[in-house]
Amino acid sequence: MSIEFRKDLFADERDDNLNEIGKPKQRQDIGGHVRGRTAYYDDHLFDGLLHMRCLRSPHHHARIRSVDSGAAERMPGVRRVVHPSDVPNNLNTLLSLIGFGKDDEQLLSDQVVRYMGEPILAIIADTEAQARAACAAVRVDWEVLPHVLDVEEAIAPAAPSVNPAYANNTFDYGPYDHVKLRFGDAQAAFAQADHIVEAEYEMSPIEQAPIETCGAIAAPETADRFVCHTGTQALFFSLGTAAKLLNIASSRLHFIGGTVGGGFGGKVDSITEPMAVLGAILTGKPVKFQWDREEEMQVGAPRGAERWRIKDGVMADGTIIARELTGFFDAGAYTRLSSYAGTKCTGHLPGPYSIPNVAANTFCVYTNRTPATAMRGFGITGVDFAIECHMDRVAEVAGIDPISLRIKNAYRDGDMKAHRRVAKNCALVESCQVAAGKAGWILGTEDMAASSMAGSTPERASIPQTALDEDGKINERRAGRTATTSPVKGTKQLPAGTHGRSHVAVPVQRPDMQIAPERVGHDDPAARGAAHAPAPVAPPVAAPLQPAAAALPAAAATPTPPRAQPAAASQPTPPASAATPPAAQAPQLQAKPYKPDEPFQRGVNRPGASRFLSGARRR
Amino acid sequence: MTIHTGRGFACINYPIGMNLGGDPSQALVHSTPDGKFMVTLSAIDLGQGMKSVCRQIAAEALGVPIEDVYVDTADSDTGPHDMGSFASRGTHRMGNAVIRASSEARAQMMEAAAEELEVSAADLDTDGRGNIQVKGAPSKMITVADTAIAAQFKQGRTLSGRGIFLIEPSGVDWDTGEMSPVTTYAHAALVIDLTVDDETGEVEVKHINSAYEVGRALNPKLVEQQLIGGAWMGVSHALYETTEPYYPARDHLPQDFNTYLMPGPGETVPHDIAVLERPAADAPYGGKGPGEMCANPVLPAIANAVYNAVGVRVDKLPITPEKILRGLQANGGAKPGPRQPGTPQ
Repeated sequence: MSIEFRKDLFADERDDNLNEIGKPKQRQDIGGHVRGRTAYYDDHLFDGLLHMRCLRSPHHHARIRSVDSGAAERMPGVRRVVHPSDVPNNLNTLLSLIGFGKDDEQLLSDQVVRYMGEPILAIIADTEAQARAACAAVRVDWEVLPHVLDVEEAIAPAAPSVNPAYANNTFDYGPYDHVKLRFGDAQAAFAQADHIVEAEYEMSPIEQAPIETCGAIAAPETADRFVCHTGTQALFFSLGTAAKLLNIASSRLHFIGGTVGGGFGGKVDSITEPMAVLGAILTGKPVKFQWDREEEMQVGAPRGAERWRIKDGVMADGTIIARELTGFFDAGAYTRLSSYAGTKCTGHLPGPYSIPNVAANTFCVYTNRTPATAMRGFGITGVDFAIECHMDRVAEVAGIDPISLRIKNAYRDGDMKAHRRVAKNCALVESCQVAAGKAGWILGTEDMAASSMAGSTPERASIPQTALDEDGKINERRAGRTATTSPVKGTKQLPAGTHGRSHVAVPVQRPDMQIAPERVGHDDPAARGAAHAPAPVAPPVAAPLQPAAAALPAAAATPTPPRAQPAAASQPTPPASAATPPAAQAPQLQAKPYKPDEPFQRGVNRPGASRFLSGARRR
Repeated sequence: MTIHTGRGFACINYPIGMNLGGDPSQALVHSTPDGKFMVTLSAIDLGQGMKSVCRQIAAEALGVPIEDVYVDTADSDTGPHDMGSFASRGTHRMGNAVIRASSEARAQMMEAAAEELEVSAADLDTDGRGNIQVKGAPSKMITVADTAIAAQFKQGRTLSGRGIFLIEPSGVDWDTGEMSPVTTYAHAALVIDLTVDDETGEVEVKHINSAYEVGRALNPKLVEQQLIGGAWMGVSHALYETTEPYYPARDHLPQDFNTYLMPGPGETVPHDIAVLERPAADAPYGGKGPGEMCANPVLPAIANAVYNAVGVRVDKLPITPEKILRGLQANGGAKPGPRQPGTPQ
């Protein structure tokens, strides 16, 4: 084990003589951690603490004909049986807090279960053992329904519909059932390539596996409030979700956390917090809801599975001229955060390489399995595995050293990325060189001389004319009118150079909050600029929270949500004229204005997206 | 019955912060009466060192010693809103909010000191050891403690600051995929050396040589902790971990650590790390947040090394002995790939 800090690299971009930054200071909380005195949520003990356990579905997909909890209610120690009807606002989607997606999941399910382990009822008892025993005594009459477990089977027309909010088993991205990325014309470029390299990759679900399982302890506080000690990774996400599901003003909730026994992405879902608070509301006593290890492994959302197909067009010298990707995120039965992985991942494609023609279709698919959620590297880990295995395949086909191939294709400062933003602050080339050097992997002089700061060309820096298609509109696939999941040949051409503006940090609200440029420690144009022109631009008004609060059902005619400052309108360069490849019948698209400031569709189908915003129910 | 050596490479970049922005973080800073500073957040410390890195950032921005700063976090009654600890956003977003809050508090502090010293605030600087001095005349000085006492009890002035940092929210163009995903990326590249036993299919990762570009290592020890732990997690993802070993079939589902395979701390792979620092313009002191990306390159590098060792491409994670043995069987035995330049033959 060794670690070295290569201060020689990028040395002129940093001030290395700061007071506290860059120093190996001891952690503020180390004493408590080392001595075992640090308090985690589960260390908050209350007299008369009650324990909550859930009754869960043994089936992948089933209708609940009836539930008989009579015997359970009479068992020793049982204080309360919690039914779905006890949840005041029993439908939510996690990202409704930022106005993304439709409410699609109940805290306790009342009619249909869509994955094995889905909770339908909870029991609160004096001890955990009593709660478990009572759950076992509940009798449920299940009508088992057909299920689907494979992402590509799930999008076939005849597949069972998993989630009624997304009846096609795909998340809705604008008008399409997938996220499109179109840059240049991959289909046309494949015809020019010396080699075509294709492969399929897959990643099974992975458990975040924190030592501390998900959980929360809630108790009535004075002043008609409830305190909740939690291991959440996102305090206000959990507070807001609890406020929404329980229809309670956020000001009546007091959440305490901040010291967590490992999260890795698995503690964002905010299920244990509303459950514990609901228990405290219903019983008037402190209630703990904590997953056991089996629940953490199989009920708690894992990193979802992904399947990727990659097709590269490669020239004899190893230059990749086209890359096509088709990806499937297995969301499981409910959205949680998988929808977000779809866009995050698509923005990441085609990896850290400058490729002039890129086409990708990314699907978020519902199946009858445990809902997936975030995990370290969320939305990126699976596709990075696919891309980097694929790079080695390409290197082998082209007969080029694998590291040399990466350096050759690596993105450089100034290159145009496929999501139409300029690359800056790149360091892939240097990372390759340093890693190779440490391992004694000998690179050629040209590769060793390469730099992230050099090598961009006007061609690499430009946005090519782009072939567009309208394949995969919502509902079309299920109706059998969509032939493939892969990107299809474009039918329209978007002029070269079409793009909107970059979105950056909102400036400080008062000049006093701006750090002095000489104290920044590196070159920050914002700080430099602020020194001369302290009055910042007005921040955008279209914070996603704002429209979300006014959300209406997606179908209703909504007034256009307030827009952020208009994007510097898309500026197409004049359409490349006659020389343009595809045939004459391919119409030149009118460069339509790109609307990056209009955040995601507002689809929350409950009145008032979030109590958390207002502390009062909105209608 | 041979143990084959293999070597594999992978490199990646990683987006810092929530995709498409719209994920604010807020921070509050105030001075106690005798010039210690409290930083109040609702950020979460998952063990990655959130509190410590914010403490260092606050001390740097205020210009006071780290011992005089304490970070209190995650009480919704006192800590202002933060989106949470995920998406490698903690250091980038919260660090910037802390800088802004600390800068405002610092400005108040310098005004208070200027009043005491009867000079202009612009002529003052901190020495990072608890004193405020006149630039070029360090003997003319006042301690931060005396400044705070004077501000509180004489001048009627608070030494406090508020900060918020937000990457403005944006969306996706659904026809082209045009978007502003994030404002900065971290980078990594690594070489894996491993062995594959062609009788058992067992893979043993022998060594990792890596380069991680993190913008700036705000605390080198915390960075080291992340990189070693993250790479270990990557090894575990590549070779062992899954809740559904036969995905998409739901058979043999692990329910505890007896059946959910993970290497133990004793199986931490020898790992030689180089840290590169190319500061990102809008990051706190340039730091990008190494938390998530350190695991990512390990997975494909292991797959590539396994192929190099025995000629089997395992394209489905995890790379279990069963998959390797089935691959060997299909190939009619091990077919080691070319030895890489610089590799022992």
